[in-house]
Amino acid sequence: MANARLSTGRKIAAHAVLLGYTLIALFPVFVIVINSFKSRKAIFADPLALPLPGNFDFVGYRTVMKQGDFFLYFQNSLTVTVGSLFCVLLFGAMAAFALSEYRFRGNSLMGLYLALGIMIPIRLGTVAILELMVSAGLVNTLTALILVYSAQGLPLAVFILSEFMRSVSDDLKNAGRIDGLSEYRIFFSLVLPLVRPAMATVAVFTMIPIWNDLWFPLILAPAESTKTVTLGAQVFIGQFVTDWNAVLAALSLAIVPVLVLYLVFSRQLIRGITAGAVK
Amino acid sequence: MAARKPVRWHIAVFLAPAVLIYTAVMIIPLFGTLLQSLYNKGEGGARVFVGLQNFATLFGDALWSDAFWNALGNNAWFFLIHMLVQNPIGVALAAILSTPRLRMAAFYRTAIFIPTILSFVIVGFVWKLILSPIWGIAPGMLDAVGLKMLFAPWLGKEEYALTALALVSVWQFIGIPMMLIYAALLSIPDEILEAAEMDGITGMSQFWKIKLPLILPSIGIISILTFVGNFNAFDLIYVAQGALAGPDYATDILGTFLYRTFFGFQLQLGDPYMGSAIAGAMFGIILIGVCVYLFGIQTRLRRYQF
Repeated sequence: MANARLSTGRKIAAHAVLLGYTLIALFPVFVIVINSFKSRKAIFADPLALPLPGNFDFVGYRTVMKQGDFFLYFQNSLTVTVGSLFCVLLFGAMAAFALSEYRFRGNSLMGLYLALGIMIPIRLGTVAILELMVSAGLVNTLTALILVYSAQGLPLAVFILSEFMRSVSDDLKNAGRIDGLSEYRIFFSLVLPLVRPAMATVAVFTMIPIWNDLWFPLILAPAESTKTVTLGAQVFIGQFVTDWNAVLAALSLAIVPVLVLYLVFSRQLIRGITAGAVK
Repeated sequence: MAARKPVRWHIAVFLAPAVLIYTAVMIIPLFGTLLQSLYNKGEGGARVFVGLQNFATLFGDALWSDAFWNALGNNAWFFLIHMLVQNPIGVALAAILSTPRLRMAAFYRTAIFIPTILSFVIVGFVWKLILSPIWGIAPGMLDAVGLKMLFAPWLGKEEYALTALALVSVWQFIGIPMMLIYAALLSIPDEILEAAEMDGITGMSQFWKIKLPLILPSIGIISILTFVGNFNAFDLIYVAQGALAGPDYATDILGTFLYRTFFGFQLQLGDPYMGSAIAGAMFGIILIGVCVYLFGIQTRLRRYQF
């Protein structure tokens, strides 16, 4: 079976390439995490050494736990990220469906209008946004952040989702119409399940900049009770510049929640794919 | 036909929430900023309308234009590196990942995507550590394989700093093209691939002849996202080199130039009017790129429904 042998060889090559790139991708993270468990002297003596009993030290994490309320920060970040994701995915998919499914006057104009937001960073409008939030009484609330991030995420979501929705079979939708489904039912029970992989992809791309954003939490919600974890970590780095143990520990902790969120969505992505689209 | 129906309210219902949030929180504030680029401080600090004069200063007055063209050139190089390094590697990784029945595919995909989920704070910090000539891991590692003479303080040299940072950015964001292409490759129906196999098209030629044409629309999306992302980039340069984008502005891109102008830095006060003009120029550049994509490329791509 020449074919089988060939594919074995190719599989080994595939694993070699992927493993090689995985090493490149993970090495810096590895450096942060191992050094966060070491004593200060060991960090400088041999940065690549693993944390072994001789140089193992929890001092960084102890400092982090004593300072600030990291659990509250995590909770705030989670609320903001999940809330914005919900708005972006639901409203974005609805708008993408309208744009990709119906021919109406102003369709491409509306598409262009919504795509404008991909081209300009929302940060350019910061001062006006702050004025808006002040007059709406939303400063130092998580709602303000959710609104801003929803607006920031919507254009890209609409852009990507409408691209994917165009490849959903027209026959399927028309079959639904003939069976008497309303347009809403067609959207929620036919189209949405079919673009679930695309939704998961959009979710991942929307979530990351929201979780990692420093700018808007700093300007719109800097109060202790609404601080997000990135802002918390940044303030921490600012205060403890020379305390490398604490900085490395704070950075390691900041990686964990977003990794968990990512894993949740990537599982959804796999499930969406294996559930099988129309075949 | 649907077009004959009187008023199709469902279209409005589908569009309304997205359009409302987007208009109120994004477009109106941004429009305010663009409007502001047409004003400048008059006598006594009052706001006066100056038309396009801010832009004339930005493009023509040596005090501003040197910095502007420098930032624009650096930005173009930054983008070029992403297009030449990030996207081909991303597509290749996705193609390898989508090999049917590949073991540990989920592990590789997650691992390669991890840099993308890290915050700029972390990325800037760790790469500065790795590349640092004093504490750094890079000199030690090069030493171990006998290539120590290749090491240079990359982030500190004018000729290397921008390229080094662009490669760090590539390292961070390679997950995005990889994921999008991976999703596109998986959505190619098995029937098409089976038909290709029946005709004896397998392996590399299957990728070039069958899969690549089918994922071209996704590659188009990635290119335009890279373009927009790169011309909006700011954070990585800021956390690695500060707002002054050293050494000697060698890593200055439009985002950092805008930041310095808008909010000011050490010796210079912030100038919201010139800042708005730079924002307007960035907007124009990105708008041109997106129009080229939408009207020149996207309309010519062939789409397949399956």
